[in-house]
Amino acid sequence: MANHLHDFLIHLGDNALILGHRLSELTSHGPVLEQDMAMTNIALDLVGQTRNIFQVAAKLQGNGATEDSIAYTRDATSYKNILLVEQKNGDFAKTVLRQFFYDAFNYHAYQRLLKSSNKDIAAIAEKAIKEITYHLKWSAEWVIRLGDGTEESNSRINAAIDDLWPYTEEMFKFTDYELACHDEGIFPDIHGIKAEWDEEVKNIFAEATLTVPEDGWMHDGGKRGVHSEHLGFLLAEMQFLQRAYPGQQW
Amino acid sequence: MVITKEHIYDILEKVQDPEVPVLSIIDLGVVRDVVLAEEGVEIIITPTYTGCPAMDMIEVGIKSTLQDHGVEKVKITTVLSPAWTTDWLSESGKEKLRGYGIAPPQGAAKSKRALFSEESGIICPQCNSTNTEMISQFGSTACKAQYKCLDCEEPFDYFKCH
Ligand SMILES: [Zn+2]
Repeated sequence: MANHLHDFLIHLGDNALILGHRLSELTSHGPVLEQDMAMTNIALDLVGQTRNIFQVAAKLQGNGATEDSIAYTRDATSYKNILLVEQKNGDFAKTVLRQFFYDAFNYHAYQRLLKSSNKDIAAIAEKAIKEITYHLKWSAEWVIRLGDGTEESNSRINAAIDDLWPYTEEMFKFTDYELACHDEGIFPDIHGIKAEWDEEVKNIFAEATLTVPEDGWMHDGGKRGVHSEHLGFLLAEMQFLQRAYPGQQW
Repeated sequence: MVITKEHIYDILEKVQDPEVPVLSIIDLGVVRDVVLAEEGVEIIITPTYTGCPAMDMIEVGIKSTLQDHGVEKVKITTVLSPAWTTDWLSESGKEKLRGYGIAPPQGAAKSKRALFSEESGIICPQCNSTNTEMISQFGSTACKAQYKCLDCEEPFDYFKCH
């Protein structure tokens, strides 16, 4: 089915689901216990947000669709998440920076979704924004600690910036379905997000003694279903159980 | 027997939060309304945190407890708005938390955007000292942060304002 609201819900849900899955890969592998728990908690919030979003998408889709069928039975080209969230965890600096770029975007995007003309989306945003605020606080603090930390931590987060900066522009390259949602007030004032995100990054990087890079060549495609090779591997693991044993439940 | 709303609330007092079993779901503030209709009883609940795995167990707990008390036809509806807040935690719930060794939320929930800010002056549930500090804003469940007491030196969970 082609429908801008449905596409937008899938995009929102996929962002949260794929990043939630990436963070869950670190459960019991975190650098220290407290941060392992922090990343696991954030993963849980993101997967919870995904469930709320996919429940609305499933209702719209009809034909027996469920949150699970949407999460587990689509192929990579049907996923509409931004490329940033499917990037591999790398070291802790890369995990933290990926989270910060996403949280800063999400925080300002969900502030707008609070005022969505779609009641379901506004309710999800009202619930999610409190959690996203915690996430942004955590990731921003760690960007500062690592940037303004030791020589080693500074060099690692600089390497992460080199890796991830080319994935940031995609957040602000709005697709037809986002623009159609914007026109209907489902996703209000999207063109104001970039300036707020830039400001957020500028301030945190300044505190972290990091330099905001110049824009160079930028990746995009994820929101249209054109993904990096990483997503296929991620889905192979995430979807394994439902593919091998369709309909299995706890 | 005529079922009243109060009767249903009394029964729901017996349904525990699976993660913090000293709290009932009424103490926790997740029950938003009870609607009596011809077809049965509708219980309207709201999740604490979106990913809270306890919510599924809470639904099962509501249904089975009501059935044990002869209320057979139960429908559960989940609403997201208004979003749950620790401001809805009952006073008796806060007392029960303290008795259980978890520091209850202090003050009203508000958005905390400030970096490196933490809720200070949290009272240690073991020795009542306010000389405590945060270890991590994330704890063993979504609703808790980890603190430690600088006087008795015990770590403890803080049910954080949300
Ligand atoms: Zn103490």
